[in-house]
Amino acid sequence: MKNHLSRRNVLGKLGAVFAGVMAAPVARTAKAAVQKVFVSTTAPKGYDPTKHKWRMALDISKCIGCGLCAEACKKENHVPEGSFFRTWIERYIITKPKPGSGEARGETIVDCPNGGMHGFPEPTVAKEDILHSFFVPKLCNLCEHSPCVQVCPVGATFDAPDGAVLIDPKYCIGCGFCVQACPYGCRFLNPVTKTAEKCTLCYHRITRGLKPACVEVCPTESRVFGDLKNPVADDPLQKFYENNRVQSLKPHLGTEPRVFYAGMDKEVR
Amino acid sequence: MTNVMVNFITNVIPEAAPHFEGYVYPNEATQQPLWSILIVLYPYITGLVAGAFIMASLVRVFKVKALEPVYRLSLLTAFAFLLCAPLPLLCHLGHPERCLEIMMTPHLTSPMAIFGFVYAWYLMAVLLLELWFDYRADFVRWSEITPGFQGVLYRLFTVGVTDVSEPAVKLDHKLGHILSIVGIPSAFLLHGYVGFIFGSVKANPWWGNVLMPIIFIMSAMVSGIALCVFNYMVLSWVRRKPIDMRCLDTMTMYLFYALVVDAAIEGLDWIHRAYSAEEGFAVIQYMAREKLFYTLSLGQVAMGTLCPLLFLGSMQLIRKRVPDFLRRRLYFTSAAFILIGVLAMRWNVVIGGQTFSKSLRGIMSYKMEFAGLEGWFMGAVLFSLPFITLTILIKLFLSEKLPSSNLDANGSPNSPATAGGTRTGLVARAEAPGARM
Repeated sequence: MKNHLSRRNVLGKLGAVFAGVMAAPVARTAKAAVQKVFVSTTAPKGYDPTKHKWRMALDISKCIGCGLCAEACKKENHVPEGSFFRTWIERYIITKPKPGSGEARGETIVDCPNGGMHGFPEPTVAKEDILHSFFVPKLCNLCEHSPCVQVCPVGATFDAPDGAVLIDPKYCIGCGFCVQACPYGCRFLNPVTKTAEKCTLCYHRITRGLKPACVEVCPTESRVFGDLKNPVADDPLQKFYENNRVQSLKPHLGTEPRVFYAGMDKEVR
Repeated sequence: MTNVMVNFITNVIPEAAPHFEGYVYPNEATQQPLWSILIVLYPYITGLVAGAFIMASLVRVFKVKALEPVYRLSLLTAFAFLLCAPLPLLCHLGHPERCLEIMMTPHLTSPMAIFGFVYAWYLMAVLLLELWFDYRADFVRWSEITPGFQGVLYRLFTVGVTDVSEPAVKLDHKLGHILSIVGIPSAFLLHGYVGFIFGSVKANPWWGNVLMPIIFIMSAMVSGIALCVFNYMVLSWVRRKPIDMRCLDTMTMYLFYALVVDAAIEGLDWIHRAYSAEEGFAVIQYMAREKLFYTLSLGQVAMGTLCPLLFLGSMQLIRKRVPDFLRRRLYFTSAAFILIGVLAMRWNVVIGGQTFSKSLRGIMSYKMEFAGLEGWFMGAVLFSLPFITLTILIKLFLSEKLPSSNLDANGSPNSPATAGGTRTGLVARAEAPGARM
């Protein structure tokens, strides 16, 4: 009596084990698809994301660079100390061209000290040499085709039906692929939680009928926020769309940002 | 004095302040890039796997008889490196304990998620099985003649299939051959996917490039064959065995042709970038000229491509007129240069792609640390792991003391006739006059 284990036998068993192992992810994916409906967000119970369409818009000509929005965001969302921002403000200074240079404009100087949180110092360029100067608030662009959502290996970041792009911190593995994929530098890895983080439009606030912290504190109404599905009387968002020609950041990348800017210059990216 | 020494060691890559120049997005202004040395190693090691496997396939699928002495060594090299390939990735994760979610609940549009499956397929369905089919008959024989734990180990590796009759061994070969054929596109897929992880990032003008997967595949083949040349020569030197010059000449011939194609594609990539001169080209140009001068111009281009092209290319023309010892030195130097050059290429892609701001207005600096998870010490440890694994595998599966049904790493055929346990073949080989390194 020789060994009963034939190669066919063993290979068959190995094949069965392999098939079992390979089938497990399929089952888990199906389960995750179901779970996604009940995914953990900071929204209160009873909030129905399909009944809202949140949008933010920014009017560059109104921003005074006070930095209150960046500061409010840091406090509201417990953003870690250091160079980590869910929203920040950039200052653009476009100088006059040198006389006789034949150029239309001079150089563009951009700065953002501490995310613009405490305002901006005096510019390094003399006032008479400045052609244009303006502030640009930046935040997650809530792209229609978000590269960050596309590349997340586990689906921890996802498009909510109400227009927000959210991250499930209990699920994020901290690989950083989404940070690399975001063309706008809006994401960072939280050094404390070791998970990816970005602007959520203050999801915990908007789902409770409040405005995002940055919109709440903006003294010039440069930041406009609203719900496209439930416009209020004299809706600021609708008025913004009616009164302005808008642009989005890096449109050539095809990400279709849903955050629109009014009064933007070509130098902004 | 100690402080000076510590400073010297930890500042091997000198970077001057300020930390960044121009304007970078606030979230980019961090101490070091998000993906650093560990992610440099990950595509490097994966590439070595793919290349070493292609090397083995040349014997099995394309029947290049001259390469038979390195067949098993190439397979074991691929296996050892594949085992260690995901380690840098795992160490780098913010939550490594959640890593299995990539396999369990994958997000199918993510290149990284699909890589998990390609890796699992390649490891479990291709490489492991091919090794097993190749070694099974030997395991049976070795388990009979090897005493102690090692014998038990060989017996375990047979997984109970101890039939060594001629039809059974024939079937092993047939299945191994089929797996090899499946393995070639799998190896391409494995490393092509690694390239795609970078090539798919359209946010980054340095990475987002349709040629990236092909560049990665070609450089993987080059580095993998170079590693096989390196390993074969080192192993022969360690074992004081003669080198089969016909085998070495053939290996380096394939290395040369792979390098020609690789250099051509990478050159094409640069020509295309320069000619189309899209939005990010100015910053890429600056990076190549200034920031990455040492690793790109010297490491990747001069050391990793031009020198080996010159050495290996001239050997193709005047091989017969060059004495063996000189050829061996040139081959070894070329292999080592290529290995360094491809590492530099990975560095340029991974680090280079992160040292400029996506605002295209600023440049960041990167000084590699000594200690810590992303330090170069950790990188060195992780990179030595596959070599340690390979040493163990060679001890077990390429042992000089065991008869082999295949050709071993050191050149001479050890026919199945010696399988009964006699060592005459080995003794004769050890005494054979021949070239030494």
